[in-house]
Amino acid sequence: MYGKGLRSLSIATVVAMSAALSLVFFYAPLEAEQGFLQKIFYVHVPLAIISLCGFVIGGVLAIAHLRTRDARWDYRSYVVIHMSLIFALATLITGSIWAKGSWGHWWVWDEPTLVSFLIVFLLYATYQPLRFAIEDPERQARYASVFAITAGAFVPLNFIAVRMSTSFLHPRVLGSTSNLPGPMALTFLVSLGAIALLFATLCKYELTAKHTRAQLRALRRRLAAETPGSNRDGAGARSAAPSAIPVSRPTAAPARTSG
Amino acid sequence: MSYLLAETPALPLHEAGKYVAAAYIVLFAMVLIYVTIMAVRLSRIERELGELLATVEARDGEHGNADAETGT
Repeated sequence: MYGKGLRSLSIATVVAMSAALSLVFFYAPLEAEQGFLQKIFYVHVPLAIISLCGFVIGGVLAIAHLRTRDARWDYRSYVVIHMSLIFALATLITGSIWAKGSWGHWWVWDEPTLVSFLIVFLLYATYQPLRFAIEDPERQARYASVFAITAGAFVPLNFIAVRMSTSFLHPRVLGSTSNLPGPMALTFLVSLGAIALLFATLCKYELTAKHTRAQLRALRRRLAAETPGSNRDGAGARSAAPSAIPVSRPTAAPARTSG
Repeated sequence: MSYLLAETPALPLHEAGKYVAAAYIVLFAMVLIYVTIMAVRLSRIERELGELLATVEARDGEHGNADAETGT
């Protein structure tokens, strides 16, 4: 069920990425102050925006999990946060490359935007170890959801705090201090859309792969139960991934448990 | 830290090019690594499906033999 629409989404992503790259290198004009180096922003800023949005979406999905106790919401929250973490890592790396080219330093510790993003990244880097540390699937999902909600609420607060800070060393692409000309704004928006599509596609691939694997495990367990003497269900394997993924469409909404 | 921007004018194209290339290569390398991981996972799923199919076929074969022996 997660694989539905994957093909069209993949094609849309490839088309959008190609369009974005064409606009970046053949259409967008060179920026007066930074020159060619500014082209990094068409990948760095969308990566940062999408990863931060992903963290917030992960929190929203975790709320849905706690409200419904449906393991599928926890599963989606896990995948979105996992993917956001990868995008956040790409943001840090591309940002460091830009900083080296522009400032001559890979990292500047007294720049609030950089440090706050690193704090968010490190915060979410503890998400998977947290899941891995809890064996009981139900408790794992519940604790992970609480973490995702708390950390998800921290992300916009952190963003606002940085915006309100007085330092403006880090360039502002969007906001009152930015004056993006039309071609640059168009290129930026197309790049943002392409990165968002890439994020959605990779999340869908991850969801489909994990769901297929869960179905396979369920099938193997069922066969093992029917075949005497066989014990090849791999039940002893521990994973940070949600282990209670529903493998078939439920016939009724899951009951909400109290407490 | 605003002195940093003041002291670092725009890099010439041949200087900035390597940084821009590096940033875009990072993105595509990460996507490529992810696709490779997905390919490994897919091959593992395919192998496990093959094993399951072999198990089912072996079991059906045993049932068929048992049915033939009892004449049902």
